[in-house]
Amino acid sequence: MIVQGKVFKYGNDIDTDVIIPARYLNVTDPKDLASHCMENIDKNFINEVKDGDIMVALKNFGCGSSREHAPIAIKAAGISCVIAKSYARIFYRNAFNIGLPILECDEAADKIEAGDEVSVDFKNGTIKNITKNETYQAEPFPEFIEQIINADGLVNYVKNKINNN
Amino acid sequence: MGMTMTQKILAAHAGLKEVKAGQFIEMNLDLVLGNDITAPVAIKEFKKMGAEKIYNKDKVVIVLDHFVPNKDIKSAEQCKISRDFAKEQEITNFFDVGQMGIEHALVPEKGLIVAGETCIGADSHTCTYGALGAFSTGIGSTDMAAGMATGQVWLKVPSAIKFNLTGKPNKWISGKDVILYIIGKIGVDGALYKSMEFTGKGVKELSIDDRFSIANMAIEAGGKNGIFPVDEKTIEYMKKHSAKNYTIYEADEDAEYDQVIDIDLSSLKSTVSFPHLPENTRSIDDVGEVKIHQAVIGSCTNGRMEDMRVAAEILKGRKVHPDVRTIIIPATQAIYKQCITEGLAEIFIDAGAAISTPTCGPCLGGYMGILADGERSISTTNRNFVGRMGHTGSEVYLASPAVAAASAIAGKIADPSDIVK
Ligand code: SF4
Repeated sequence: MIVQGKVFKYGNDIDTDVIIPARYLNVTDPKDLASHCMENIDKNFINEVKDGDIMVALKNFGCGSSREHAPIAIKAAGISCVIAKSYARIFYRNAFNIGLPILECDEAADKIEAGDEVSVDFKNGTIKNITKNETYQAEPFPEFIEQIINADGLVNYVKNKINNN
Repeated sequence: MGMTMTQKILAAHAGLKEVKAGQFIEMNLDLVLGNDITAPVAIKEFKKMGAEKIYNKDKVVIVLDHFVPNKDIKSAEQCKISRDFAKEQEITNFFDVGQMGIEHALVPEKGLIVAGETCIGADSHTCTYGALGAFSTGIGSTDMAAGMATGQVWLKVPSAIKFNLTGKPNKWISGKDVILYIIGKIGVDGALYKSMEFTGKGVKELSIDDRFSIANMAIEAGGKNGIFPVDEKTIEYMKKHSAKNYTIYEADEDAEYDQVIDIDLSSLKSTVSFPHLPENTRSIDDVGEVKIHQAVIGSCTNGRMEDMRVAAEILKGRKVHPDVRTIIIPATQAIYKQCITEGLAEIFIDAGAAISTPTCGPCLGGYMGILADGERSISTTNRNFVGRMGHTGSEVYLASPAVAAASAIAGKIADPSDIVK
C-alpha cells in the first residue's frame, strides 16, 4: 500500500497529553477525539489536516499514558502514517493494534520538513520526499506485526483466532 | 545464554524453555486490568472481536478511578459502560465508588498480583507491580480486549538495563527520589522498550512502598517494565495481602544486560522534576526560588500509607502556606481509613489541607485541583507534561511526598530538612 500527503512536523518526546489532552478522555468517539488532536501545541493542526496527510516527529513519539485515544485521534484526524525516529512502546503497539501504520526512520525524521509532500510504500518501507526529491529507507514491519497488519489490526487477528478455535 | 528475571517470567508464561531479546511471543496472562477511561474502549473492541465471555472472571480487573465519583455527565455515561459490562460478565474484581482506589495501589493491596505472575493493564503505570517481582506492563485498550478474550498478549521480549543499588537512603529520601534521579540520568527514553531490573544490596533498604514508586515510573523512562527481586519484605507483603501462590524467578548469573548502572542510595538528595518532562530533574539544592499555588500528595506513585505518614510527619503542628491549596488523596479506601485511625487525617485538616476520597483526579487534569494559566503545582504524581494538570500555561513540578509537604508549608519548593529541624 502507498500513501501520500502533506507533512505536519513535530519535535522530540511528543507525549499523549499533547496528542489528546486527558480532559477530553471522557468521550470515545474518534471524530470527537480528533477535533482536539495536538491542540496543546498546535491549534491549527486540526483545521489544516487533510485525509492522507503524514505526521513526522523526532524521538520517543507518543510517550506518556497508555491511552489508545492517541493513535485513534491521529488516525481519525486523517493522518495516513506517522514517521519518527522512535516511539514510546505503548504507543507503538497501540498504533498497529488499531491500524495506524507507523515507521521508524532517523533520516526521514531529520530531513523531512513541515509542508513537504511525502509518499510512503509500506511494503518495502520506502519513504519518498517529493518536494525535496529524496528517498529514505525505513525498516519494513517485523513479520509478527505484518500478520496483525494483514489482519487489519488486532481485533480481526483475535477474531480469526476465536473463530478457528 | 542466560535470561534476565523478566525474560524468565515471560518464557514460563509463553511455554518456552528460553526466550531472547527481540523475539515476538504470545504469552499467558494471570491478570488483565482496565480503568474507567480505557475499559470502555476495550469493551467495544471486545465485542467487535466476536467474543462473548471473558477468559476468566477472576482474572479480569476493572477499577473506576480516574473520573469517579463521576465528575460530569460524560464520565457518568462512560463509567456506566464498565459498570454494565462488569455485571454482565460477572467480573469478581470490579471496584466502584466506595471500594475503589487508584488501581495501581489497589491491585497489590487486594492481593490480586504476586511474584512470578504476568499482568497487562490498559494503563501505562501497570508496571508498578514489578515491585513484587511480577511482570506487569501497560498496554492499550485493544490489547486489553484481546487479553480479556483470549487470556493472552503479544509481546516483543525486551532486553534489560540493570540498576545495581547500593547504600542506604538518608532521612526524607524515598523511592520517588531514586526514580526521579534515574530518569534525570537516563532520560525519558533511556529505557525505551527495555526492562529496568533493580538489584543489589541497596534493595533491602527500600520499603515495598518505595519499590512501588520506583517501578511505577519505569514507564517515564520509556521502560516496558520495572522489576525487583523477591526478598523477605516482598514475601511479608504478599503473605499479608494475598492468598495466591507466588513463584520466585531470579536472573541467570550470565544474563545479558544492555547497560549496568550503579546507584549509591546514600548519595541521593531530594529530587524535583521541572516542567515539562520528568527528565528535567534538579537536586533540591539547585531548585532556586519557585513559588507554588498548589500541592498535591497522592496518585499511584505516592498515595500509599508511607507517603501519608511522611506528609503527616512534616505537616504535624504546622500550617500550609495561605497561598497554597494543599490536596491530599490517599490512594485506596484502606489507606484512607488508616489515615483516620492513625490520626493523620486530623493532622492534615488542622494543617489546612483538603483530604479526598481516592481518585486520580488532578494527576491527569481531570478534576479536584485543576490549575489556571500561569499557576504552579508541586505534585507527587508522575507526569509534568504541558497541560497535564490543567491549563497549558500551568506548570507541574514532580517530587516526593516529603518535598511536597515541605513546599506546601513554605509556599515555594522547599527541602524537608529546612522545615523539620
Ligand atoms: S494516579 Fe495518575 S498516573 Fe496513576 S493511574 Fe491515575 S491518572 Fe494514571
